[in-house]
Amino acid sequence: MSIKTPIYLDYAATTPVDPRVAEKMIPYLTEHFGNPASRSHVFGWVAEKAVETAREQVAALVNCDPKEIIWTSGATESDNLAIKGAAHFYAATRGRHILTISTEHKAVLDTVRELERQGFEATYLDPEPDGLVDIEKFKAALRPDTVLASVMLVNNEIGVIQDIATLGAICREKGVVFHVDAAQATGKVEIDLQRLPVDLMSFSAHKTYGPKGIGALYVRRKPRVRLEAQMHGGGHERGMRSGTLPTHQIVGMGEAFRIAREEMAAENVRILKLRNKLLAGLQTIEEVYVNGSLEHRVPHNLNMSFNFVEGESLIMAIKDVAVSSGSACTSASLEPSYVLRALGRSDELAHSSIRFSLGRFTTEEEIDYTIALVRAKIGKLRELSPLWEMYQEGVDLNKVEWAIH
Amino acid sequence: MAYSAKVLDHYENPRNVGSFSKDEKNVGTGMVGAPACGDVMKLQIKVNDEGIIEDARFKTYGCGSAIASSSLVTEWLKGKTLDEAMTIKNSDIAEELALPPVKIHCSVLAEDAIKAAIADLRQKQAKNVETPACTATCKE
Repeated sequence: MSIKTPIYLDYAATTPVDPRVAEKMIPYLTEHFGNPASRSHVFGWVAEKAVETAREQVAALVNCDPKEIIWTSGATESDNLAIKGAAHFYAATRGRHILTISTEHKAVLDTVRELERQGFEATYLDPEPDGLVDIEKFKAALRPDTVLASVMLVNNEIGVIQDIATLGAICREKGVVFHVDAAQATGKVEIDLQRLPVDLMSFSAHKTYGPKGIGALYVRRKPRVRLEAQMHGGGHERGMRSGTLPTHQIVGMGEAFRIAREEMAAENVRILKLRNKLLAGLQTIEEVYVNGSLEHRVPHNLNMSFNFVEGESLIMAIKDVAVSSGSACTSASLEPSYVLRALGRSDELAHSSIRFSLGRFTTEEEIDYTIALVRAKIGKLRELSPLWEMYQEGVDLNKVEWAIH
Repeated sequence: MAYSAKVLDHYENPRNVGSFSKDEKNVGTGMVGAPACGDVMKLQIKVNDEGIIEDARFKTYGCGSAIASSSLVTEWLKGKTLDEAMTIKNSDIAEELALPPVKIHCSVLAEDAIKAAIADLRQKQAKNVETPACTATCKE
């Protein structure tokens, strides 16, 4: 079997730009290079038209008014603008408490931490062992002075889908601004902002076959949500985010989201079939665990722990397949994934986890190759593992007194 | 992060993988690290009557650098006396494998494993002198 390696199974980290997207972008770098804010000549008008078409394309994917879409540099900036912007705007009238989930992306967690440094209070709610937020616990964690709640739609590490509709309805009832990070969700789950009680939603282009460096923030108009700008300047994007609009990037995001809208239904069916094949091929290995709910999960993600094998060494063993690990052994801290720890996974299992994320260009041959490779290497690494040896001898690893170094 | 050629060589062709029986009186076993920290090394040495390390074995749960560090020390240990083995420093291991700063702890762990294996052996042998015949296995 001839197969092109390395195989890319890290689509949750980033995706390649779809060739159709790249093609649409190029003329806006060279030919239609005008500044969309230039009102006095045709160069500006052409660029402005392209920006507004893209805004409609992004709005169409999530069923909102194009006027509710604000361009940013990516989901990290959108999260910052949404959380800091709303918290600051409403702090005086509604309070200074923020509710979020401990498995959020760092762009949310670190932004909330910064607000804590500025005098806000925060609650980081742990999800259930399947990665999902318990509705009653969420409700109980809201306080009279809660100004904002932030919950991601699809988790980047384990791919679980939160019940945004229910959580949003609770927030709406209590007058809490509700922000949702949807960076990992576009083109994977249907998003209908006419129906969802969400006030602010963050998007990224590069997780959905668009270019890096461009994203958007949805800011609801009815009922209207107000933000304090974080970036000041020429008053672009109705004053919420100043800075010259990168036309080519915006055109790319628009085209990427247009394709996502048209193709996501068929694509999800195809990717789910591949993911299930991967799961079936790996779950028959002894002592493997799927992290997070399989039922409430995007088809693109499979996060598994291979007990008694350290994640980074497994990644090295399957170097022909590009995946990522929940183990942060590369950082000096040696801390395993905070997401898996929040699910109550042991440090051992967190250190032994691999995230496979599939996408538009993943083929069945690649999945077959990956299954065979992982199975062979798990066997090899377990032969090397003192923990596997102890397990086979019947030693209870939890009762061993380890010489912690 | 790119690994050095030597790390890759030891990782792909690890030397002296395996286990000796812990109960043999001329075998010293060192187990260091913890699963929660992401690395556990088991290093065993076998000495002959002259006190020379004639063989060594390892098993390691950990990243590629941890596996390479333990594989390398099993090679270095063979033919050394216990006192010579005690002089192996983590910096020697890190230098030989060209470990980046974030992986220095792997070489520290390998040095600790050597010391633990030697300590285990010496303890066993001391007990052997005091109460010959039945020792380690009974005490456990």
